[in-house]
Amino acid sequence: MHLPFCTGCGNTTVMNCFLRAVHELGYKDLRKFVFCSGIGCAAWIPSPYFKADSIHTTHGRSIPAATGVKLVRPTLNVVVFGGDGDLVGIGLSHLIHAARRNLDITVIMVNNMIYGMTGGQMAPTTPFKAKTTTTPYGNFEHPFDTTRLIVAAGACYAARWTTFHVEQLREAMKKALTTKGFAFIEAVSQCPTAFGRRVGLKTAKELLQWFKENSVPLQEAERTAEKDLAGKIVVGEFVCRELPTLTEIVHETIKEATNDA
Amino acid sequence: MQGNQACAEAAITAGCKFFAGYPITPATEIAEHLAKRLPQTGGIAIQMEDELAALSAVIGASWAGAKAMTATSGPGFSLMQENIGYAFMTETPCVIANIQRAGPSTGQATKCAQGDVMQTRWGTHGDYTPIVLSPNSVQEMYNLTIRAFNLAETHRTPVILLADEIIAHMREKITIPPSNKIKIINRKKPKKTDKTFFNTEEIPPMPSVGDGFNVPVTGSTHNKHGHRYTADPNVHRQLVERLAEKINKNANQIINFESHNIENCEIIIISYGCTSRAVHETIELAEKRGINAGSIRLKTLWPFPEKIIQTIAKNAKMIFVPEMNLRQIFYEVERTVHGAVPVLPINKIGGGEMITPEELLTKITKSVNNIE
Repeated sequence: MHLPFCTGCGNTTVMNCFLRAVHELGYKDLRKFVFCSGIGCAAWIPSPYFKADSIHTTHGRSIPAATGVKLVRPTLNVVVFGGDGDLVGIGLSHLIHAARRNLDITVIMVNNMIYGMTGGQMAPTTPFKAKTTTTPYGNFEHPFDTTRLIVAAGACYAARWTTFHVEQLREAMKKALTTKGFAFIEAVSQCPTAFGRRVGLKTAKELLQWFKENSVPLQEAERTAEKDLAGKIVVGEFVCRELPTLTEIVHETIKEATNDA
Repeated sequence: MQGNQACAEAAITAGCKFFAGYPITPATEIAEHLAKRLPQTGGIAIQMEDELAALSAVIGASWAGAKAMTATSGPGFSLMQENIGYAFMTETPCVIANIQRAGPSTGQATKCAQGDVMQTRWGTHGDYTPIVLSPNSVQEMYNLTIRAFNLAETHRTPVILLADEIIAHMREKITIPPSNKIKIINRKKPKKTDKTFFNTEEIPPMPSVGDGFNVPVTGSTHNKHGHRYTADPNVHRQLVERLAEKINKNANQIINFESHNIENCEIIIISYGCTSRAVHETIELAEKRGINAGSIRLKTLWPFPEKIIQTIAKNAKMIFVPEMNLRQIFYEVERTVHGAVPVLPINKIGGGEMITPEELLTKITKSVNNIE
């Protein structure tokens, strides 16, 4: 199959990790899954390449579409794939509201720190001072720490790994898929084409090397002074908890209301 | 019963099982009523974070197999436009109630207007043909909401119920027919052997996600299997033309209007929504002054009833189009009759003030006298 990704793109790693995770969880096919994605490179991971149902929505609206699907068909595994532009740029409000509601879906965000599909413009995740096509003097904004934001919003599971950490990423996806409640994975990923070459890391290898050298495990980060963490990628499992889910509560409410009626 | 409540009750009767919305005056009572009533009937009502999320959730729910709707007013309807195009392109049945208020922008949030007519016609980007229904009473809020669901399911397309603040907020007695007298249409579901769910000759069957058909739903130009296919101009042309044509081709069944004395009258009043409520009395007053007047009330704004208007224009001397906006359907009527008879606008905006029979009569008398 010919995938639409550029040479060296981290999306193929994320795709591999996910399919392996599903396989290792014992699924024979993707019949019980529905994939929702928006616009951008990462949105192409499931749709139409997975042999499954997929809803490729308008930009940023994959999570509300997933909300409709999951509430109506609670037994399906609803998985959202998206880039940082799609999910924390245009779609941020939907992401944090879904976490707040504890909508029981899995969201996999591929964070390549850039708007890749439109050719390398600044994203809300672009590192401070990084040069992009819309920040030619260096980015004067600070990036979102999306995983921490999602934890604060109320997610049941949240983890961040890079495409260098393939095993951890795959294991995290398995945990996310078996989490009852809102699960979020941030996969920090390389984009040599639109990001790397402008920040002086021209190949996937150089970017992966950067991930390797600059990743700090969460436990270690907690012991480190904030100034020493500048420019680092804190990786690990940020939260793992159980809370009543939106679908449970909505369907219980329906049961009660039907009895009262 | 209130107009908005009638809309909500009709949605339940039509089989609606999912509502997602964002509060906005003067549409909110639809959300409030459904929040209470839908769960009692096994349905889901959810308040989303904004209108973009609301219509997205409705689209997701529709693909999950539920009849679904949202309700909003002008500013929220503007926010929904991108997804209206998406629903059209992906052939997703859903109902969008737009209860108009005075715009542009926040305008007069609590006042009536008819300013969204063209937004329903050309609001989203690209070429498309919408179905838009316009009620003029609480009874019709009920009837046309059911019809909106039926048309959405029959044609696999979003359908807009374009009401206005007056119709939505007023209270009237309505008759709800026994359920076996109400025609409810459900979407065509695929057989196990079916393979194509988009862009076929007839309106294709619609599978639900999770049913094992592996459907890729996309707003990109796609082939009959749903697969993205954007390089070929013919594929795009054929798809967009068919989506418009499936509605145009059935326009005769979709178009719905009410007429009064149109056979041999001198002047004709073409109206819709709350404005049409002043027309009946106007005609009576005109008759007393020796003016033979007739009327057409549009229950379907889009597709536009061109042929009907062209036919009646042959006999009339003059056509009047009263609207609570600065000319929207007026231009459409003018375009349709193409100079065959003079078309005159009667417009009023601001403060939710209705056009009164007296105002209509004054304008009509003046224009008729000028001609004679």
